[in-house]
Amino acid sequence: MDKEYVGFAALPNQLHRKSVKKGFDFTLMVAGESGLGKSTLINSLFLTNLYEDRQLPEASARLTQTLTIERRGVEIEEGGIKVKLTVVDTPGFGDSVDCSDCWQPVVRYIEEQFEQYLRDESGLNRKNIQDSRVHCCLYFISPFGRGLRPLDVAFLRAVHEKVNIIPVIGKADALMPKETQALKQKIRDQLKEEEINIYQFPDCDSDEDEDFKRQDAEMKESIPFAVVGSCEVVRDGGTRPVRGRRYSWGTVEVENPHHCDFLNLRRMLVQTHLQDLKEVTHDLLYEGYRARCLQSLARPGARDRASRSKLSRQSATEIPLPMLPLADTEKLIREKDEELRRMQEMLEKMQAQMQQSQTPGEQSDAL
Amino acid sequence: MEPMRQSPSPCSSRPSSPRTPPYETLGYVGIDAVLDQLKIKAMKMGFEFNIMVVGQSGLGKSTMVNTLFKSKIWKSTALDLERPIPQTLKLQSVTHIIEEKGVKLKLTVTDTPGFGDQINNDKCWDPILGYINQQYEQYLQEEILITRQRHIPDTRVHCCVYFVPPTGHCLRPLDIEFLQRLSQTVNVVPVIARADSLTIEERESFRRRIQHNLRTLCIEVYPQKCFDEDINDRILNSKIRDRIPFAVVGADREHLVNGRCVLGRKTKWGIIEVENLAHCEFPLLRDLLIRSHLQDLKDITHNVHYENYRVCRLNESHQLPRGPGWVNLAPTLGGPPATPRPSKVCQQAQDDSEDDEEC
Repeated sequence: MDKEYVGFAALPNQLHRKSVKKGFDFTLMVAGESGLGKSTLINSLFLTNLYEDRQLPEASARLTQTLTIERRGVEIEEGGIKVKLTVVDTPGFGDSVDCSDCWQPVVRYIEEQFEQYLRDESGLNRKNIQDSRVHCCLYFISPFGRGLRPLDVAFLRAVHEKVNIIPVIGKADALMPKETQALKQKIRDQLKEEEINIYQFPDCDSDEDEDFKRQDAEMKESIPFAVVGSCEVVRDGGTRPVRGRRYSWGTVEVENPHHCDFLNLRRMLVQTHLQDLKEVTHDLLYEGYRARCLQSLARPGARDRASRSKLSRQSATEIPLPMLPLADTEKLIREKDEELRRMQEMLEKMQAQMQQSQTPGEQSDAL
Repeated sequence: MEPMRQSPSPCSSRPSSPRTPPYETLGYVGIDAVLDQLKIKAMKMGFEFNIMVVGQSGLGKSTMVNTLFKSKIWKSTALDLERPIPQTLKLQSVTHIIEEKGVKLKLTVTDTPGFGDQINNDKCWDPILGYINQQYEQYLQEEILITRQRHIPDTRVHCCVYFVPPTGHCLRPLDIEFLQRLSQTVNVVPVIARADSLTIEERESFRRRIQHNLRTLCIEVYPQKCFDEDINDRILNSKIRDRIPFAVVGADREHLVNGRCVLGRKTKWGIIEVENLAHCEFPLLRDLLIRSHLQDLKDITHNVHYENYRVCRLNESHQLPRGPGWVNLAPTLGGPPATPRPSKVCQQAQDDSEDDEEC
């Protein structure tokens, strides 16, 4: 027997199994003017039809439309791993004639989620904390403008300390290759000039292989991603079917790295950096919010010192946070839903196990 | 005297109006030679055409003007990201004289950089309305003089091309506000800009939705239904009205396609040919503005929009106005009449010789 072998090299496997059992949840916000291909891109990224039942408002209805926040949830499973994806949409952004302060509802929403998490974290029952914080914001920039517009700058400035921003150029098939490069450079310069902090990709370790490093560098250089979305499969005679957009002068292939950065974005968002986005949200952005919040409580003359020291559920409503408190009953309902879902999963697993343990001949009786 | 509209069969002396009963001529009188006289006079005098382009920055307005008149009217390039977005709307005019087959055209293009680019775009159409009314006022002042010039210089805007961004959804509130106000003062031709980001099906549905919006909101764009003079006009214009707004693409670079040199945009998946009707509707726009309806645009501006302005002004002042000063006409949607704001309109008319050197 190998006396040197302790056995904790198997820890990553345990973590893997636990994560697979628990599943992942991810909240993605999409923001930008209407008509930049946001919904199509989300459907393409996750191969769902989240926006099937969407009703686009009429032109006369848009005259009086204000910004609303819409949440859509979907459960995606691939290879045994479940992801509970929530997409937060902001219809009405940038549509009106006067868009002053139209980003305030978005900022408020993000902070509300932080506030909810803060309450949960400071509460008594911490078993089923629902994480509804926004982990990533895909901000769509118009390919027709000359870089960031004043509205883009104002929005990014308002949210860059509160959420991971990934800037994206929508409908990038309107641009020629040179135009795309020039626009990307212009946007990068403007972001630096306006001191807007977008999500920074962590540097890869020096012991990674060359291929990975090259891919990583390529990805970093192509920010902001110039994307094209499509859920339609185009079958050109002779070539294999691809997802793309068919024009009379050619077909744009969504998954062709020479045509657009869709693959880079998908790889980054889902395959390599999903966990990192969640961690940055938790460790950096949420902690920043929490520190600001608690510091503002610690200001002299704000409240009675005795009540401030016990951050329990009972006194949660006394904290002078500027948001509206969620009703307790809704919280309980959410917790019960989670428990129900878990019990259902356990039941399904037990049924599957029972099926397997029976001999093949008796399987017809099992149902 | 207005030059006569070209009738389809100028060779015979059959009358073009169906109301006059046909009659037989006993010999050749030579009335049709009047057309030649008109042509010679027109070629000597030359034509004037004033066009205004309105839309958010980056929708290809300058490129479109260059493509329309096949000249470098504006020094725009595809990578023109260095031009800063102005803080307020500033109108810029450029005048060129273009010549083709002996016919001279004095073309004035007015650009509107800064339109719709700010966070708060409320009333960003006021400087444009002010400019248009200012041109009407100038013409009016010349017209009411006791000793008039033989040929009054016409700086009135004959056509305003409005660039709608290709969202694919429907008209935005800003588009609606602008179109409602301006279609009452000037001929407005809306176009779907940068249409190379929409497929053919998306273009059709976008177009139908825009047409539906325009009908619901009672916005009359050019060619207006109420100004169709006879059945021929109506048939011709109905075909055009069915395709408005045209989905256009502009380009000022040439590429080699199948041995021909064409204007187009080259991408990794193909070359978009600007003059190919299967790719975009730019030829329809060019035909409308220049080849078939240029004179009609000028006629309607003179007979309808200018007359409306004149009637309003004369009613307001109850006498022939003498001095300078113009009044911003209140939009008929109930907005209050604004005080004259000549300082907001910043018009830069450049000299012909300077531009010829630049080109």
